[in-house]
Amino acid sequence: MGERLEQAPRVNDSGRNFAGRGKPRPAFALWGLLTAPLAWLVIVYVGSLALLVVSAFFSLDDFTGKPTTELTIGNISEAFTQGEYISLVVRSVAVAIAATLLCFTLAMPTAFYIARLASRRTRRALVVALILPLWTGYLVKAFALRAVLAPGSEYGDGGFMSGLVGWSPGFGYVAVTLTLAYLWFPYMLLPIYAGLERLPNSLLDASADLGAGSMRTFRLVMLPLLLPSIAAGSIFTFSLSLGDYITVKIVGGTAQMIGNIIERALLAPNQPLAAAFTLWPMMIMVAYLAVMGRAGAFKNL
Amino acid sequence: MKKVSALAVALLGVVTLGACGGGDDGGAMLEELGEGEGAVNLVAWAGYVEDGSTDPNVDWVSDFEAETGCEVNVKIGNSSDEMVELMQSGEYDAVSASGDATLRLIAGDDVVPVNTDLIPNYADVFEGLKNKPWNSVDGKAYGVPHGRGANLLVYNTEAGAAPTSIVDMFSPDSPYAGKISVYDSPIYIADAAIYLMATQPELGITNPYALDQAQFDAALAALETQKSIVGQYWALYTDQQAALENGSVTLGTTWQVIVNLAKANGAKIESTLHSEGATGWSDTWMVSSKAKHPNCAYMWLNHIISPQANAGVAEWFGEAPSNSKSCALTADPNHCATFHADDEDYFSKVYYWTTPTKECLDGRDVECVPYSEWVNAWNKLRA
Repeated sequence: MGERLEQAPRVNDSGRNFAGRGKPRPAFALWGLLTAPLAWLVIVYVGSLALLVVSAFFSLDDFTGKPTTELTIGNISEAFTQGEYISLVVRSVAVAIAATLLCFTLAMPTAFYIARLASRRTRRALVVALILPLWTGYLVKAFALRAVLAPGSEYGDGGFMSGLVGWSPGFGYVAVTLTLAYLWFPYMLLPIYAGLERLPNSLLDASADLGAGSMRTFRLVMLPLLLPSIAAGSIFTFSLSLGDYITVKIVGGTAQMIGNIIERALLAPNQPLAAAFTLWPMMIMVAYLAVMGRAGAFKNL
Repeated sequence: MKKVSALAVALLGVVTLGACGGGDDGGAMLEELGEGEGAVNLVAWAGYVEDGSTDPNVDWVSDFEAETGCEVNVKIGNSSDEMVELMQSGEYDAVSASGDATLRLIAGDDVVPVNTDLIPNYADVFEGLKNKPWNSVDGKAYGVPHGRGANLLVYNTEAGAAPTSIVDMFSPDSPYAGKISVYDSPIYIADAAIYLMATQPELGITNPYALDQAQFDAALAALETQKSIVGQYWALYTDQQAALENGSVTLGTTWQVIVNLAKANGAKIESTLHSEGATGWSDTWMVSSKAKHPNCAYMWLNHIISPQANAGVAEWFGEAPSNSKSCALTADPNHCATFHADDEDYFSKVYYWTTPTKECLDGRDVECVPYSEWVNAWNKLRA
């Protein structure tokens, strides 16, 4: 088994050899191919990120709301030392973690059923059914959930949920978490499904032969092998949730997340302060990626 | 890799320089009206530029387009802050700016003085609106007055008797607790100041935009208390409209146009002015210093304050028109009386939105809290 798992990198190696063979100047061809995308990456992605960090140190003309190049650490200290903002960041991270856990809890059994139990035809139908929402617009889905979750009152009927069940969580952090989990669910499901498909049956059989119950097999055999897939999926759900501010506007009621405060600062207009706030999600994402990297999220890339 | 990082640094430099270099190339006042450029890009409050797509009977854009050949493109600004931000982009030709945006736009060289000689309808504008501190500097007009009004209270008619006092918006024992909707903008701190003028006269607030630190802190404390009874903060007028329609809000700050839209969809609501005096606006159409269609912009300024168009927008938005001849043309003959078009005594109780500055606007010899701190305080309140 160990051998089987280690085969993956070797395939890559031979692939690289093959691409290089028979070409007179492989390095030249490689750079020819990579220059445009690399330039794009450096200028548009790294460049704008760097600009963001730099402008966090700019100061603001109080009256006109225009940034000036006079350097200050006032924005950073405003964004990183004020209790209100720290509590906002904690709440945002909590929402992102809750949405990720919810996605995982729902995706795990679903993926297991599709990959392991469903017949070939059902499997195909289910995979399509689960990918289908990815092709639907973000706003359509968010507003759909708004229609579902709208709280009822004595002056109005509220949404489907309060109509059918007689209760709804209303607009707030719970609604935001539910909506985000609904939006990003396929991003968690697909990596886990792919991981489960690669999982050899023989391992599960062996585990059963050795007397492990299904829970034990899940905990000691499947989970460790699926960890990289789960970590990869969670990067999607966590980062997309952490940065979201539109869902909060649609189903959040009075709730706010980091993205909203960035937007507020930007519209104030206080661009330097907005830039300072963006350092929060940047730092959180770097830390999260580091942890998930250790869990093996990038092994299968 | 070294090369790549050197390139990145160089590019970063170029981008930074480019971002900081512009701004001083502000255009000058137009001396002569030329041919229209075929289009005009406007930043406006919701309901100010209507072409019949909201309501077929509400249209003062189509005839303008037909007459001048200037196609009207409009971007709705949801707050004064957003309008300032949009105008800084230089993509727009003209803006309907409220008093808390006008001076910032002038100071930032985002707008230029307007040559009122090129705007024939300017002659009919109420004298009480011309050359005011919020639309002129040193006697130079920076725009044409659009109209004025007060921020109203909207309430659900099934939720009880009409509210008369702003106290219902702030008191924890308000009968509307939990279903109150508040305008989500730093300028709303002034509404809290008006509440304090009525309930805590010992603070000595005379102008809700001129708050010293102690008065400002008291206003924030009132807003912090209000938080527990607020059901929604609305930044988009459509959110307020939807909440009024589905009944999740029974009392809130509003503009008349939102009430009109929600009532058309069956909402059981009415609007009223609270007795303590209210915040309000006196809007000005201004021309961008980077206008790509200055001639069309001037034609639009002249059109929007023409008797017919100004009557239309005043009635649709729910405000007093700026053109004195508009009063004869409104569908409701009492419109100008209802909205106190030439009632300077009434408007002396309305505190027009204006930008708070360090130098107190009421002339006191103390330091007031400037607008940038209003913004920070509001962000923290909402965080």
